Amino acid sequence: MSRPARWRNLGWVLFFLLPSAIPLFVFTLVPMVSSLWVSLHRWNLISPMEWVGLSNYSNLLTDPMTRRVFLHTLIYVVGYLPIVYAGGLALALALNQRLKGRAFLRATYFLPVVTSWVVVALVWKWLLNPTNGLVNQVLGAIGLPEPGWWTDPHWALPAVILSSAWKDLGFVMVILLAGLQSIPGDLYEAAKVDGSNAWQRFWRVTLPLLSPSTFFVVVISLINGFQVFDQVYVMTAGGPAGSSQVVVGQIYDLTFRYGRAGEASALSWILFALILVITVVQIRGQRRWVHYA
Amino acid sequence: MHDSRRRSTQYSGPETRSLTARLALYAAVLVGAAIMLFPFLWTVITSITPEGSLADGPTLIVDNPTLGAYRTLVDALPIWRIVLNSLGVAVASTAFQLVTGSMAAYGFARLHFPLKNVVFGFYLATLMVPLQVLVVPLFIEMKTLNLQDTYFALLAPTIASAFGVFLLRQAVSAVPLELDEAATIDGAGHLRIFTTIVLPLIRPALATVAVFAFMGSWNSFLWPLVVIRSPEFMTLPLGLSTLQGQFTTQWDVVMAGSVVSIVPIAIVYLLAQRHIIAGVAHTGIK
Repeated sequence: MSRPARWRNLGWVLFFLLPSAIPLFVFTLVPMVSSLWVSLHRWNLISPMEWVGLSNYSNLLTDPMTRRVFLHTLIYVVGYLPIVYAGGLALALALNQRLKGRAFLRATYFLPVVTSWVVVALVWKWLLNPTNGLVNQVLGAIGLPEPGWWTDPHWALPAVILSSAWKDLGFVMVILLAGLQSIPGDLYEAAKVDGSNAWQRFWRVTLPLLSPSTFFVVVISLINGFQVFDQVYVMTAGGPAGSSQVVVGQIYDLTFRYGRAGEASALSWILFALILVITVVQIRGQRRWVHYA
Repeated sequence: MHDSRRRSTQYSGPETRSLTARLALYAAVLVGAAIMLFPFLWTVITSITPEGSLADGPTLIVDNPTLGAYRTLVDALPIWRIVLNSLGVAVASTAFQLVTGSMAAYGFARLHFPLKNVVFGFYLATLMVPLQVLVVPLFIEMKTLNLQDTYFALLAPTIASAFGVFLLRQAVSAVPLELDEAATIDGAGHLRIFTTIVLPLIRPALATVAVFAFMGSWNSFLWPLVVIRSPEFMTLPLGLSTLQGQFTTQWDVVMAGSVVSIVPIAIVYLLAQRHIIAGVAHTGIK
């Protein structure tokens, strides 16, 4: 193509791209670069920035608080993912059968997904209220111990995990159900002809062919899980005594409570790097276990 | 994508299913549905239970139902305005993302220009960066421009979404080029091809983007928390969280606020349930 021809479209290119390019540039790309810049300074958002080089990063990496917030976030992810996956898979398998009222059930399970995190966190904070919450009343009535949930350092994270799993179960179910429905029925027929039982068909046909959907759920859940914030902020605000503080909660507190915006920005980049590495490792590793039909 | 014809031959569980097995399955899915629905019911019950009776927890059948908590709520927050804010911002951000996203998708899929891949790379880079990385500089940007506590500040980060561009570009690429060529012969320009040929054919992808944009905005909490201070510009999640700070132990009021936040999205959900679920399922395949 000659040079004038290559540029002939320029007007159209600008017309179609600028409406998205300008806001992405101003509200994402510029803040991204300035966030890197801020992370190299000591700054309380008010007085002038003071250059500190990489020391925010090195301080954070040796700070026991950093280890704690990453540990809490990891506990959240490790607790949350198996519950939503197992629960979502069970629901998807159940709703993949010819059941009466299937559409109604699917819509019901999905309802918490459209409810906002703040509402879910508040409703569960009330259900898990240690003194007059419903869950402890039921547990007490059947003679089980009543945990202090969000008021107890040992139970705060489990309370968050439980409510988050409840909210996302329907999301995982819908993704896995779509995956199940794209598995061709003749594969099951063939497996039956070969004399397999239902259990073998689940492990040898369903799970392998569901692996692309599983992969999607795992990647998305890990990306979102490491950024957990809303429900923790509302339910425990990181407490009691910092026992449920997660990484994004720490970023928020560092910036807006302690006036340490430089460290907050550095922490956000450390988290981003971690998420990126985890995601890339998964994409690289998918060849080993993800089968595309 | 799966097609509906396949459903008839689809796996339908162990073929030797006894009546007891069927009943057990039904019992299990119904218990599951109850666990999903009951917290919503409990929220409503709590909100109409008189404050005095809450000490021992509410009961399923409320003795003296009252709307007192709702009255307290209306006095504490401009709650109707907050509901409208949430709806308005969600609708506006959805509209913006559909327009900016589909236009960019057309640009990337149909126009040839130098450095296209580099530009697209920049879009992808913004897709990967999470909000918490941007929050501090964005907050400073808004503060410097004196835009704190405005609708614009709420909307700004959601005018364009690289996720939408990415998803829509796939859809535009799937539209056969022959259609464009035929239209060009008929004398149509890019704008007409875009609006009359491409847009109608990528409707499913537009619906998916709309669902994610709307839910994203409706649920958004961290950004409003950072940039909004005055109740007049709050959205529901933020309003609710401040309500909790104000009425720490008054669960009837907090639950009344929750009911008010759930009702609008529940209505949207009832109306568009099939599209919403299809939209979410659509992102999982491929």
